[in-house]
Amino acid sequence: MKLRVNGKDVSAQDPDRSVLEFLRDDLGLTGTKYGCGEGQCGACTVLVDRSPVRSCITPLGAVADREITTIEGLESDGQLHPVQQAFLDAGAMQCGYCTAGMILSCVSLLDRHPHPGEEEARRALNGNVCRCGAYPRILQALRSVSTGGRHA
Amino acid sequence: MPERERYELLEKPAYHFETERRDVLKLFAGGGLLVLIPHSAAAQESGRARGAWRGEPLPDAVEAWLHIGPDGRVTAFTGKVEVGQNSRTALTQAVAEELRVAPGQVEMVMGDTARTPFDMGTFGSRTTPTMAPRMRAAGVAARQALIELAAQHWGVNPATLEAADGCVRDPKSGRSAAYGELTHGKAITRTIGKEQVSRPRSESVPKVNARDIVTGAHRYPSDIMRPGMLYGKVLRPRAWDADLVSVDVSAAPKTGGATIVRDGKFVGAAAPSVSAAARALASVKADWNTPAGPSNSEVFDYFKRNPAGPAEDAVRSGDVASAWQQAAHTVEGHYTVAYIAHVPLEPRAAVAEWTPNGLTVWTGTQRPFGVREELAGAFGLDVKKVHVLMPDCGSGYGGKHTGECAIEAARLAKATNRPVKVVWTREEEFRFAYLRPAGLIEVRGATSSDGKLLAWEFHNYNSGPSGLATPYEIPHQLIAFHPTRSPLRQGSYRGLAATANHFVRESHIDDIAAASGVDPLEFRLRNLKEPRVRAVLEQATERFGWGREKSGPGRGFGLACGMEKGSFVANCVEIAIDPGSGKVRVRRVSTAFECGAIVNPDHLKNQVEGAVMMGIGGALFEAIEFEGSRITNPALSRYRVPRFADLPELSTVLVNRRDLDSAGAGETPIVTIAPAIRNAILAATGKGLRALPLAPAGLSGANRPA
Repeated sequence: MKLRVNGKDVSAQDPDRSVLEFLRDDLGLTGTKYGCGEGQCGACTVLVDRSPVRSCITPLGAVADREITTIEGLESDGQLHPVQQAFLDAGAMQCGYCTAGMILSCVSLLDRHPHPGEEEARRALNGNVCRCGAYPRILQALRSVSTGGRHA
Repeated sequence: MPERERYELLEKPAYHFETERRDVLKLFAGGGLLVLIPHSAAAQESGRARGAWRGEPLPDAVEAWLHIGPDGRVTAFTGKVEVGQNSRTALTQAVAEELRVAPGQVEMVMGDTARTPFDMGTFGSRTTPTMAPRMRAAGVAARQALIELAAQHWGVNPATLEAADGCVRDPKSGRSAAYGELTHGKAITRTIGKEQVSRPRSESVPKVNARDIVTGAHRYPSDIMRPGMLYGKVLRPRAWDADLVSVDVSAAPKTGGATIVRDGKFVGAAAPSVSAAARALASVKADWNTPAGPSNSEVFDYFKRNPAGPAEDAVRSGDVASAWQQAAHTVEGHYTVAYIAHVPLEPRAAVAEWTPNGLTVWTGTQRPFGVREELAGAFGLDVKKVHVLMPDCGSGYGGKHTGECAIEAARLAKATNRPVKVVWTREEEFRFAYLRPAGLIEVRGATSSDGKLLAWEFHNYNSGPSGLATPYEIPHQLIAFHPTRSPLRQGSYRGLAATANHFVRESHIDDIAAASGVDPLEFRLRNLKEPRVRAVLEQATERFGWGREKSGPGRGFGLACGMEKGSFVANCVEIAIDPGSGKVRVRRVSTAFECGAIVNPDHLKNQVEGAVMMGIGGALFEAIEFEGSRITNPALSRYRVPRFADLPELSTVLVNRRDLDSAGAGETPIVTIAPAIRNAILAATGKGLRALPLAPAGLSGANRPA
C-alpha cells in the first residue's frame, strides 16, 4: 500500500500495524509520541488530510493513499509554522513530550476555526493531556496565533 | 541533611532474575545466547540503596564541571537530569551568569555516567540548592583563572581586569581576549574552593532546547534508535508481585524473527518490530500465582494491622494527654489518601547495547548513576563497564527512580547480541511502576478558649514522614510516622508525603477553626509565627480577594498554606458544585509561592502552575483501584488525569526573596492545593471531606446545591 507522509510517497506492508509504529520505527519520525495506546492522551496526534487522528489506534490500512502530516512536516522552507513559533514564544511546555500532539491539534483546530473561543479551544484540546500542566500556556499560544492573524 | 527518599524505605523490586533457575535457561526460536545473571534480588536491592547514598565526594576540579572550547563555547557537566522541570535551563543560567557568557554559549551535559560527575539523582528539590551553587562555584573559579591567564599574558595586575561577554578585558588599555583564545581548548587546572558566588539574576531565559521540542527533533529516551536495533517486550502477569509458576513457549511463531528469552522468572521477546515482539509473546502460555491482598477499600484497615517497623516519632513535645483535659474545643479526624500514579506521559523506556567494553544504556531515569549500579548488579559487571545516558525525558514527577526497564532491555540485548529498545506500555506503567503511597492519618487537635492551638496529635500510617511537622505554634505535640506493609509497589512522588500530611493538617485546621468559631484565615494567622508562611498566606489571600465574597450552596472558598523543602506556599481556591452531578469544579486558584531568590521567574511560574494543575487530579479524582496486588484501572480511559476542561483561572504571585538562597520549586507548590479545595467544599456544603480523592464521582446528593 502507498501513502504520503509529509509530502513524500512512502509504501507500507502490514495494514494492521499502527500508524504510530510505522511512523516512528520504520520512517524514524519519532516526533510523534506514544502516550497511552488507546487514543486518550493525544501525544500520538498526526494530521490525516488535515484532520487530527490518533495514530496509536489507527491501522495503516485506514490511511492508504492519504496524506499524513507529522510534527516534522510542519516547518516550511526552514520557517517554523506559526503554531510552533507561538509555542516557543509562550514557553508552552515543560517536558515537551505532549508538545507535538498539542501543536498538531492546535493547527487542526485553527484550520477549521481560525478564531476559536475559549470554550471551543478547551473542548477541541481536551483529548490532549499535558501531565506537566502547562495548559494555560498552551491556550495562550493558541490565542496568540488566532488573534495575531499570523495563521494562513 | 537531605531527606531520605521514600522508595528506599518502602519500595520492593518489581521482579528479579533468579540465579537458582539457571538450569532452565533456554532460548527459543531465532537462536541466540544464553545469559547468566549471577546476582540475587536481595543483593540488587541493597546494592541500590547503598549506591544511592554512598555519595562519592564531589570532584573539586573545575574541569570536572566546565570546559571551554577553543571557540569559546562552554560545556558544563552535571549528573542531574532534565525531566521537564527546566533544570537544564536553570543550570545553564548558573554557569552563564558566573562565567559572564550568554546562555546560548553553554551546552549542559546532563546525567551521562561516563561524562558527568557522580550524582545521587534528581529528586528532593536538590538541583537548585545544591547543584546550582556547585556550577556557580565552578564558573567563578574558571572566570578567575581566565582573568589570571590574561593578566599573565598582558603583564598586568589581575585585579584591574574584568570578564564580560565571553572575554577578559583590560579597561585601561582597551585590550580584550576571548576565553577560547586564552585557553585554546585546554583544561582549566584549578580546584574549586570557597568561591563567593552570586545570587541568581532572576532572568526569564527561555527553555534552552525548546526549538528541538516544537520541531520534534529532540530525541527522548523512547526515540533513541541504534543500528540493527530490535524491539523488546516482556511477559507480564496482571499483578506486579505475581509469581511465575509455569511457562510454555512451544506455540511461539517460527517466523517473524522473534527471539524469546527466558531467564528465571523473566520472559521476554525481541523482534525486528514491536508488533512482532508482541505477537511472539502472545503465543506464550504462562501461569502465575498472585498473592492475596486487600482491595482499595480495605487497604486503610490493612495498614493499621500490618506494621512494617516501629513508629518513628517526628515530634514529641509537652504533654498532649493532659493538655487535652484543659482544651476549650477538640476535633478528631480519620483521613485517608489513595494510591495515585505519576503517569509520566513518556513511559519508562530504554535502549541497551552491549559492546566489547561493556554495556551502554539510554534510558529515562531520575537516577542514571543508580540505574548504572542496578545494571552492574544485575549483570555482574563493574560499574565502570556500564554507561548510562539520560536524554531529557518525558517527565518523571518522582516516578522514574528505578532501572527495571533498562535491565529488561539489556537482558534482551545480551541474548540477541543486538541493541534492543524496550518501551513500557501505559498499562505496564500503571501496573509495574511504583505508585505514590496510600495512607491513613489519624489526627486530633485542641484549642484553648482564646482560639490558640493547644495540642496536636498526628499519626501517619504508610504515607511517609515528609512534611509531618506543623508550622503552627502548638505547645503540646505528638507526631509520628508508622511504617506499614503495602499491597502495591510504592515509592517517591512529587512532594512525597508532604501532600498527604498537608492535606490532613490543613483540612483539620479548618475543622478546628470552625469548631472554635474563628475564620480560617484569622485562625491561621493567630497560630502561625513563621514569617515566610505568613507572607505567602497574606499574598495569596490579597491576590484572591479573600473574604470579599461569602461561600454558599454550590460555591465555596477555601485556603491552605504550608512549607516544605525550604519553600513556602499558599493557595486560595474557589470551587463550584454542579447541582445535577455533584461534580466539583475548581474555578479559580490564587497561589503565592516563595523559594528564596528566584532563578527564572517564567519557568518558576510554569512549575508552580503545573504543580497546582497536577495537584487538582490527586485532590479531586485520581485513584488507583485494586484487588490485592492487581490494579483494575490500568489505563488512561479508566484513570482520569487533569485536562483542559479542569483548568481553573490561575493567578500566581512569586515572592522573590533576593536576600535568601534559592530553594527548589518542583515539588512544594503541589502540597496545599488539595486541602484548599477540600476547605472550599467544606465552606460550600458544611461537609468536611476526609479522603483523597475528594469527589471522584461528584459529591453525594445531600451536598449538592438545590
